[in-house]
Amino acid sequence: MAEHIALVVNGQRREGDVEPRRMLVQFLREDLELTGTHIGCDTSQCGACTVHVDGQAVKSCTMLAVQADGATVTTIEGMQAADGALHPLQQAFWEKHGLQCGFCTPGMIMAAADLLARNANPTDDEIRHAIEGNICRCTGYHNIVAAIREAARTMPAGATAPPPTPATVNA
Amino acid sequence: MAIDTPAPDVLGAPVKRVEDPKFITGKGRYLDDIKLTGMVHLAILRSPYAHANIRSIDTSTAKSKPGVLAVIVGADIPYNPLPMAWPAGGSAGIQNNVSTPRVLATDSVKWTGEGVAAVVAETPEQAVDALEAIEVDWEPLPAVVDAEAAMKPGAPQLHDNAPNNEVFTWTVGDKDGTDKAIADAEVVVKQRLVNHRLIPNPMEVRGDIGWYNPGTDEYTVWMSSQTPHIQRLLLTAFVTGIPEHKVRCISPDVGGAFGTKIFCYADMALVMFASKLIGGRPVKWVETRRENYQSTIHGRDHITYVEIGGKRDGEITGLRVKTYANLGGRLSTIGPGVPTTLYARVLSGCYKIPNVFAEVTGVYTNTTFVDAYRGAGRPEATYVIERAMDLFANEIGMDKAAIRRKNFIPPDQFPYENPSGLGTASGGAKIYIDSGNYEPALNKALIAAGYDDLAKAKAEAKGRGKLLGMGLSTYIEVCGVAPSKWIGAVGEGWGAAMWESANIRVHLTGKVIATVGTQPQGQGHETTYAQVLSHELGIPMDDIIVQHSDTLGTPFGYGSYGSRSGSVGSTAAIKAAEKVKEKARRYAAHMLEASPDDIEIVGAEYRVKGTPEKKKTLQEIAFALDLGFSLPDGMEPYLDETAYHDTPNCTWPFGTHIAIVEVDEETGETELKRYIAVDDVGKKINPMIVDGQLHGGIAQGVGQALWERAVYSDDGQLLSGSMMDYALPRAAWLPSFELDETVTPSPVNPIGVKGVGEAGAIASTAAVANAVNDALAPLGIGHLDMPYTSQTVWRAIQSAKGVQA
Repeated sequence: MAEHIALVVNGQRREGDVEPRRMLVQFLREDLELTGTHIGCDTSQCGACTVHVDGQAVKSCTMLAVQADGATVTTIEGMQAADGALHPLQQAFWEKHGLQCGFCTPGMIMAAADLLARNANPTDDEIRHAIEGNICRCTGYHNIVAAIREAARTMPAGATAPPPTPATVNA
Repeated sequence: MAIDTPAPDVLGAPVKRVEDPKFITGKGRYLDDIKLTGMVHLAILRSPYAHANIRSIDTSTAKSKPGVLAVIVGADIPYNPLPMAWPAGGSAGIQNNVSTPRVLATDSVKWTGEGVAAVVAETPEQAVDALEAIEVDWEPLPAVVDAEAAMKPGAPQLHDNAPNNEVFTWTVGDKDGTDKAIADAEVVVKQRLVNHRLIPNPMEVRGDIGWYNPGTDEYTVWMSSQTPHIQRLLLTAFVTGIPEHKVRCISPDVGGAFGTKIFCYADMALVMFASKLIGGRPVKWVETRRENYQSTIHGRDHITYVEIGGKRDGEITGLRVKTYANLGGRLSTIGPGVPTTLYARVLSGCYKIPNVFAEVTGVYTNTTFVDAYRGAGRPEATYVIERAMDLFANEIGMDKAAIRRKNFIPPDQFPYENPSGLGTASGGAKIYIDSGNYEPALNKALIAAGYDDLAKAKAEAKGRGKLLGMGLSTYIEVCGVAPSKWIGAVGEGWGAAMWESANIRVHLTGKVIATVGTQPQGQGHETTYAQVLSHELGIPMDDIIVQHSDTLGTPFGYGSYGSRSGSVGSTAAIKAAEKVKEKARRYAAHMLEASPDDIEIVGAEYRVKGTPEKKKTLQEIAFALDLGFSLPDGMEPYLDETAYHDTPNCTWPFGTHIAIVEVDEETGETELKRYIAVDDVGKKINPMIVDGQLHGGIAQGVGQALWERAVYSDDGQLLSGSMMDYALPRAAWLPSFELDETVTPSPVNPIGVKGVGEAGAIASTAAVANAVNDALAPLGIGHLDMPYTSQTVWRAIQSAKGVQA
């Protein structure tokens, strides 16, 4: 028995009918075709599926789509500014070689954005603890930490994700 | 079209990666991101038993479940078992008792997770739901998971053709000479070493999409693979019997691999079969992480008895090794090659040990198959020799840096053939250690680590209740594999050649498309090949695109593993560029009415010697040549050249890694405080990417030493069966790494690169193990096996202190 849900994703109002067992990550990837959010495990360990729900980092494999009814969701696809400019974290991951295969990167960037929204000037130790729920197998975290440090340095205070643009698209 | 400013030389520069914009914006396209019209989904029923016979399988209920299009069992599939391409001993006549998986098991299963049936349904959920309705009548059998236990009398037997569960026993080196060296040695140290099993864990699991086109009778297979060309060859010539030219294999963006995606897996053939069965709709299968833990290869899993003998002054005279390599329930594609060629042939590392003998026995157990995981045999070898050096130093009371220094192969003795090495194989073709200079890297690392102040640091830590340990790993690795002549002569390696390929086309507009036979999984090939070609052709990187990973449109190549793309692959690209330049030179001479010998090439400019104002750019030449309006006699239009490169030798990176750990004497908790790595990987195409490769490799090797371990229960259940149970390194557990370098260019390729994909993983496990053992040495603990979890270390401390743990 499908449930009707409506939410704001990356600034756009999106609606859809979902099975109650459908996870938010499946709704995002399969129904909305936002495939930048990845699935790396089945036990909520890896964090590749991290998105923001109402401004907080959430592992979207741990949340049912129906729980996101009425919420505001930001995925990696929503991190660029309207003019296409990269978010400071995206830029810093590029500059500092904070990614290799790229699979963990969207989740890592979303987790880091959550950190920087709470703590604009984190220590390396705070950075490492903030991304403890996100696993990277390529970088040994060295350059991810460097990238987040760099983003904290370049990011204007209070900046998080770009502002939403209202519009409705049916899933 | 003249160029006003020449392209900057980007070879060796830390250029930002051209791959990254798509990945940082969520626009990467991995296997599971692909959605095709009419696509359906496949799920695989896996054995809940580690060892069982299949009496019967009833699929009738499953077939009637909602959305189900087909239910498949092994007997339905007319394909051959998967190939095993690298027998132990190659063509030397060693008996290999081979059993490989079928696409789906028919009569019996040999490990928990072996596939026995599959459902194709409209949605992934329907496919998984229907699996539950398949009824298998099992006859459970006793299981064995440990390699030594599997060889004991009375152990459960897995295969009729493998008495005592033995896959092979292979030896290398001089047995009599080594026996004598050990017997005559002033000091001999013996130790049993367990190099435990690992689960590789690329962040993207594996998956495939198979599509049979009934209109053309052709197949397309998208696969998360390191080796699309190899897979097409193996799937057609060995598994399915479908003609090779009727199959196209494509690797989309691959989210990490670390060896696991080199191999031929049953699911690849299964999606092909399933798509044809249901009339040509594309069939997607993506494993879950739990499935990945059971059905994608594992790594390591050696039990080794090492004996190292030498003089009281520290000179090592003999190394004798017996290793039991657990290869799982059936063999993966190159399973036997890893603990033989890639392990025992480099056991003596960077040391000049005159007598080396190794005997390796491959063993079947009721576990997931074991194959090449980052480093593949070389981390195991490094672990053995580096632990043995420390144990010997402890025995004679010698400094651990000094004993290494004393036994290094001296820099004036290259090329060096080690006594168990690749040069000793029959057939005349030799692989030898071509270059090296080990002391400078050791010296740099010791200074960085503060080695001279070690005693002071230990005393300071002791005051805080911590046992500080420092561990050295002076490693070498063999990579840039491998000369085809050698493989052909000795049969060790793939059973196929290992050259690489590149094609370069300079199009009318001066833009360059390079297609290559290698396949990146995070290494940044689109950047590094473009850097090499920009350097060679004088064309800006922005005007060069590198394409790969599709058997349609790229020249055949053997793929990326064994740290070979930089050495073998980029040399193929350079050769193709040389051909482009030679043709361009001839056409420039035609345009400028000069002799080709009088044309000099400066960047992208082709100038008449002595009158440099008479010149044409490569772009101008390409435009005219591609149009072909005015071709000299015998010259074909278009600037389009292909080259194949067979490497004359492997490459031999080396270095010194030092780990500094602190063990909490009360809790056993071990913390990696510092990690220093001085690596010599030859010249670097992109030092930023090289450092990144080292960081990742180091973290994986540290992970093995401190946390990671695949654990089976005695009856063959994988207890570390999910990411909750298998401890992957996390950011807060690791320090930032301190890297430095020496640069000894490799003589085997024009750039002088060696390869770096595996170096970190090869060196780091031994460095951390030596550090922890160094920390525990004051308690009288001679050797402790990995991983050094708090529990393991705490128990060892309690036991050493005489407390019942």
